[in-house]
Amino acid sequence: MAQYAILIYTHDSAHAPDATPEDTESCDQHSDELVDSGVQVAAYALTPRDMATSIRGDIITDGPFIDSKEVVAGFYVIEAPDLDAALAIARTNPVVRDGGGVEVRPVHSSYVRPEGGTAG
Amino acid sequence: MTDVAAAQTAIADAHRREWARVLAATVRVARDLDLAEECVQEAYASAMQTWVRSGIPDNPAAWLTTTAKRRAIDAIRKDTALRSRLPLLVEPEEAIDGVIMNESAAHAEDPGSVIPDERLRLIFTCCHPALAQEAQVALTLRLVCGVPVADIARAFLISEPTMAARITRAKKKISTARIPYRIPRPGELPERLRAVLAVIHLLFTAGHTAPSGASLLRGDLVDRAMHLARMLRGLLPGDTEVQGLYALLLVTDARRATRADADGRLVRLQHQDRSRWDRDALAEADDIIVTCLRAGPPGRYVLQAAIASLYAEAPAYEQTDWPQIVTLYDRLLEVWPSPVVALNRAVPLAMVAGPEAALAEVERLDRDGRLSGYQYLHAIKADLLSRLGRTGEAADAYRQAFALAVNEAERAFLAEQIPDHA
Repeated sequence: MAQYAILIYTHDSAHAPDATPEDTESCDQHSDELVDSGVQVAAYALTPRDMATSIRGDIITDGPFIDSKEVVAGFYVIEAPDLDAALAIARTNPVVRDGGGVEVRPVHSSYVRPEGGTAG
Repeated sequence: MTDVAAAQTAIADAHRREWARVLAATVRVARDLDLAEECVQEAYASAMQTWVRSGIPDNPAAWLTTTAKRRAIDAIRKDTALRSRLPLLVEPEEAIDGVIMNESAAHAEDPGSVIPDERLRLIFTCCHPALAQEAQVALTLRLVCGVPVADIARAFLISEPTMAARITRAKKKISTARIPYRIPRPGELPERLRAVLAVIHLLFTAGHTAPSGASLLRGDLVDRAMHLARMLRGLLPGDTEVQGLYALLLVTDARRATRADADGRLVRLQHQDRSRWDRDALAEADDIIVTCLRAGPPGRYVLQAAIASLYAEAPAYEQTDWPQIVTLYDRLLEVWPSPVVALNRAVPLAMVAGPEAALAEVERLDRDGRLSGYQYLHAIKADLLSRLGRTGEAADAYRQAFALAVNEAERAFLAEQIPDHA
């Protein structure tokens, strides 16, 4: 089994600070399905582009790093035996049929702090 | 003892015909494209010595495959570090045990496969949509056809290091992203096959009308494309689009001898010497097309082949069945709504409905903008304008086509159409 990160690209994240469960329903439902089927390793929904801050060199700017029609709205990591299997899972993301898309990247390595652990 | 020349001929023959079969079988043992390629190359090299000494084997492909597989197994045994370091293309249990011990068990683990031939795995892996098309083309030539990197680079007019880097990058992606070495499941097959057919078609087109450089024909690429189309036809005989592509290449290639004159200048279809066309190839294509058209709703390649075949069948250009060709273009546009197809339809349309109607269609496509950088839009527009006696506008359109053309033979042809062209 290999791990693949799936980056969600869309006009903007549905997960605004004041988003209602209805706003995020389709994203959350898809995530739940991946959890239930046992393929999802981790998932992060990000807040909208207005909340983003970027740094390039000494310059800090408001907004996403790349000024484009789409932003990374979230990402998740799945486990799959090969790229075809990963792509089959990735294309079931509702964003694919909703004007956005996903990018699938093989994971090289990862770290997640164990539950309850702190850095000192 | 066999004489050296006979052994050389046998090896060259086995290289041309059997490279894909030998490599595909070796990949399953080596579980890595680079290692497999290296072992196959060594097998061909050692064939020279052995075949001169002990005679040419009855089945050269089997001899080469066994030799290459043995080398792969040796290499893996010697370097167990390599074995654990590399992401493997083929799962261990289906590799060595499956292939060496029991050839027939090799396909058993993949019940979803449509046709159990190792070469199909290789072809579908090289033409995986996760690879850029230029990488698909390069990998197919290198791995399926066994063409040396230097020759691939020359064919596409880029430097050898650049081509080598492109192939290395593609192989690295195959192993890192785990592009599987398998035949797509029936549900994915049509989509995946489209990519394979597109690569073969592109190779053929690149050879047939070299996109740049002095020669209109790069015969080797055309031959490679024909070889691949024939191979795929043998591997997937039931697929009408595979048949259609093969027929399309046959028809187009049947005119190879007449597309340029003795000085390498482009000869238009209406001026080509039809008596020099390969009638056997045209007849073979026609049989295939008729069978495919009867088999059900035709796809893109069957329709393109049918159109090319109708052009070729007419005893003279003036006797071409233009209305039938327009009808076929209409059906082609339904399955493949491309502006290039709509543009090509304007040519027979001019014969059926007159140049004015065809020009209106070309101008509509011109306004659409998607083909503004496409030399043939301007060339066809120029031809229609000159038939309407609008010579000034025609010259302008020929100038635009000339500015966009890169092939020397086409540039020379277009230059002749422009009055007072320096």
